Amino acid sequence: MIPVGFAYERPSSVDGALALLAEHGEEASVMAGGHSLLPVMKLRLAAPELIIDISKLSELSYVKVDGDEVAIGAGTRHSTVERSDVLAAESPLLAGVARTVGDPQVRHRGTIGGSLAHADPASDLPAAVLALGGTVVLRSPRGTRSVPITEFFTGVFSTAKEPDELLVEIRVPRTGGAGWAYEKFTRRANDWAIVGVAVVDGRVGLVNMGQTPLRATATEEALAGGASIADAAALADQGTEPPEDLAGTKEYRRHLARVLTRRALTTAAGG
Amino acid sequence: MSIMGTRVRRVEDPVFLTRGATYTDDLTDERLSGALHLTFVRSPMAHARITGVDTTAAREAPGVVAVITADEMDLEPTKHFPAVPDAMARPWLAKDTVRFVGEPVAAVLTEHAYQGEDAAELVEVDYDPLPAVTTLKQALADETLLFPEAGTNLAVAFGGEDEFSDDLFADCEVVVTQEIVNQRVAAAPLETRGAAAAWGEDGRVTLFASTQNAQQTKGEVAGWLGVDPGLVHVITPDVGGGFGAKIGADPEFALVAWLARHVGRPVRWNESRSENMTGMLQGRAQLQTITIGGNRDGKVLAYRLDVLADAGAYPRIGVALPTFTRMMAGGVYDIPKVETRARVLVTNTTSTGAYRGAGRPEATAAIERAIDLFAAEIGKDVAEVRKLNVPPPDAFPYTNKGGAQYDSGEYAKAIDTVLEAAGYQGLRAEQKARRERGEVLQLGIGLSCFVEITAGGMTAEDATVEVHPDGTVTVLTGTSPHGQGHATAWAMLASEKLGIPVEKITVKHGDTDLIPKGIGTMGSRSLQTGGVAVYQAAGELADLAKQRAADLLEANVDDLEVADGAVRVAGTGTSITLAELAEKDQLRIESHWDGQMPSFPFGAHLAVVELDIESGKAVVDRILTIDDAGTILNPLLAEGQRHGGIAQGIAQALLEEVVYDADGNPLTATFADYGIPSAAELPSFTLLTMETPTHLNPIGAKGIGEAGTIGATPAVQSAVCDAVAHLGIRHIDMPATPLRVWTAINAAQNGSDA
Repeated sequence: MIPVGFAYERPSSVDGALALLAEHGEEASVMAGGHSLLPVMKLRLAAPELIIDISKLSELSYVKVDGDEVAIGAGTRHSTVERSDVLAAESPLLAGVARTVGDPQVRHRGTIGGSLAHADPASDLPAAVLALGGTVVLRSPRGTRSVPITEFFTGVFSTAKEPDELLVEIRVPRTGGAGWAYEKFTRRANDWAIVGVAVVDGRVGLVNMGQTPLRATATEEALAGGASIADAAALADQGTEPPEDLAGTKEYRRHLARVLTRRALTTAAGG
Repeated sequence: MSIMGTRVRRVEDPVFLTRGATYTDDLTDERLSGALHLTFVRSPMAHARITGVDTTAAREAPGVVAVITADEMDLEPTKHFPAVPDAMARPWLAKDTVRFVGEPVAAVLTEHAYQGEDAAELVEVDYDPLPAVTTLKQALADETLLFPEAGTNLAVAFGGEDEFSDDLFADCEVVVTQEIVNQRVAAAPLETRGAAAAWGEDGRVTLFASTQNAQQTKGEVAGWLGVDPGLVHVITPDVGGGFGAKIGADPEFALVAWLARHVGRPVRWNESRSENMTGMLQGRAQLQTITIGGNRDGKVLAYRLDVLADAGAYPRIGVALPTFTRMMAGGVYDIPKVETRARVLVTNTTSTGAYRGAGRPEATAAIERAIDLFAAEIGKDVAEVRKLNVPPPDAFPYTNKGGAQYDSGEYAKAIDTVLEAAGYQGLRAEQKARRERGEVLQLGIGLSCFVEITAGGMTAEDATVEVHPDGTVTVLTGTSPHGQGHATAWAMLASEKLGIPVEKITVKHGDTDLIPKGIGTMGSRSLQTGGVAVYQAAGELADLAKQRAADLLEANVDDLEVADGAVRVAGTGTSITLAELAEKDQLRIESHWDGQMPSFPFGAHLAVVELDIESGKAVVDRILTIDDAGTILNPLLAEGQRHGGIAQGIAQALLEEVVYDADGNPLTATFADYGIPSAAELPSFTLLTMETPTHLNPIGAKGIGEAGTIGATPAVQSAVCDAVAHLGIRHIDMPATPLRVWTAINAAQNGSDA
């Protein structure tokens, strides 16, 4: 449980972090909360040569309304997202989902940007941002670009982010009073979801139903076409290839996706 | 006023809650200065031939002082349980073959702990994989043998098939049989295993170790090293949980001492959590076939329990535990005919040992499931069938079919008490209503009734009590705690006899030079052995003080009483303090207590679960328990023991299981994968009071440490089964995970569709 030796840098600005990333690229790992990175390092499943610690970069920690969107700094802790008045009013799904991440200790360390960049299909927030139809903002010395969340996740633990890029901001639409719900199904309170379903404004994001967080597009289309919640939810697992592990078979996860989608849609509809 | 039976707060806690405890890894003892750090190279294969070990690169790594393999060791492979075939001896470091993931293959000694893992990665071991034996049925088939020289995977058998009679169930109107799994669980104490050793110039070794019993550790380590026990000094610092898995010494302890002697420097070792989850003894791991028969009026006439138990790769204490399972097979029930046998087999998995309850929970789980299945078959209420089959209070002492003599018990009263407190009829009505309404959240009610054996086999302990001239008291005990609160309880027992407040009483334990004799803390034995020894010693000390005071006070001994730390002439103001007596002459008593017989606590647990029929997830809504352990010395401590046990019981029923894949790879070696519970998975517990004293000791106490796991586990499992009984489901194995429950529901519904 002792990691392989590594170098450690704690830049004092985003530009400093970007310079380090440009220099070290794939040999470096960016660390924010460290709750995903450090365990795999201790198990020696990961051995980055350099840790770039961005946890103290206050310029990455904010939640603010910006036009039709809410902009959230990538370094914003889950505990901040959870308690944000702005999000409670403008995008309550995100605050509600953040509240279900891990336990209080984890939420005081982990960040929304870390969660998205880590791209664990079993994590809560990626599916929530997917359901929201958000955007991620990536910066490198080459410039800044926005990537729609639908194009960001490319596989298990992999994203469209280039090695020299830093995820700096997450933008989600202001959904205001639109119905939302998050159904997270676990064995234990602070386990990863066996399956999770995030619903907002008729859009459905699925946790742990494939290589990446997924949208339940068949359900969304059925809803848009006027189908009942029950009928639409019955399509929630269409097109998914869920993983199989001790907590769930493929068949069980498909079943849970349908049940949880129905429950989440019902809650979101005020039922 | 007597201090007995009062809620004295734990004297241990101020330090635990502020500075923190001092565990083996925290020691700054000067004997360990300059100690090397030991890191093991452990097998990643469950079963393989070792074809080569190359330590060249590791020896050249920074900080490496030595890399030791089997070839450099002069200790012979050792059996860790006597009655198994000689071929099943365990090598200290694997030589030709590895037999479980986590088996030590090489030992790396480095100047600093962090250097050890880097160097260990550089030890190159070539493995030639062999087929792995991962299930008991595979082991029984004897197609792949762990120890070919033994000719079998059978480590030991208790009772033979020829002892099973053909006509056991001949008189029965109804016979039910079921195969049930009592799954393998990990003890997972928060303090993992650790040891540190330093040899002195006098040729003695001081071994600091995290263990439940220093004295046994001393004997075992001396034996393994082949040295006189007088040359081994064992010290146990604070121990952060054991749950049975820290009984005695682990082979690693002897390695630590051997390596310290080999390199001529102190050596310390503290394992990681990942190592702990494959290296520390694990518990339960039985596959049981139960058959129960009786009449439609509810009377049980015959019961058979056939056990396959998993020893893991190298047989250790787990091998002996099925004897408890057999002895307690009939549980609280007065069954005319009981037959049992157990076969213990080796598999390519971590070795098994004692785990909170150690053989008795397995017996209770089996008979309680059997009673439920029998009740379901004859269509009677589970509480009614239980009460119909328990012996009445006037039947005690009661000798069960396993030969155990139950000292005292009132089983029907325990059942009635939990039923009444739970509002049993109301719960059944609520259950019926939810079923009729077809609700998603169904109610399940599980009842268990248990009797267990505490202080089994080892009924004696010694104690020393000394009053010092400054008025303080030292108690020496051979039972050392790993979280239970001995320092508080033992001080209360001495205080009761001496009238000296607990704050002035220091309880010392876990140092074999200071306390050569002792059996230790396990099997819920401490209070009724070590505690009673203290109580007896303090009483004898009071008598001694009275005799000495009689001359000084010119009084008759019969007119003297000991109170408030002084000997007084009753009804007068004349007195002399114990401190003053100690100043004149050492005031110290060593006493030996032997209760001769084990005691048999009992109780009843009622669990209520809410089960989501759609997802299969069961949540314990309520659990009410009677854990009658005789007279309670300190309700605060007793409740703590019950709470912990109930939590572990619920966890075994719903969450915990050590799982291996077909190749013998552990799939649950981290806390992310292994289901230890948190408070969020547990309800508040309703602890009901019942105290039926035992006549076996002067304080009337039985053991309380393991009751929770014994009673709660089957109650919760039963509640889960009960929640889905209306769907035609009779049995679901533990842990009743959402997946497992949903699979059972799915199968039942598809079956009924067909």
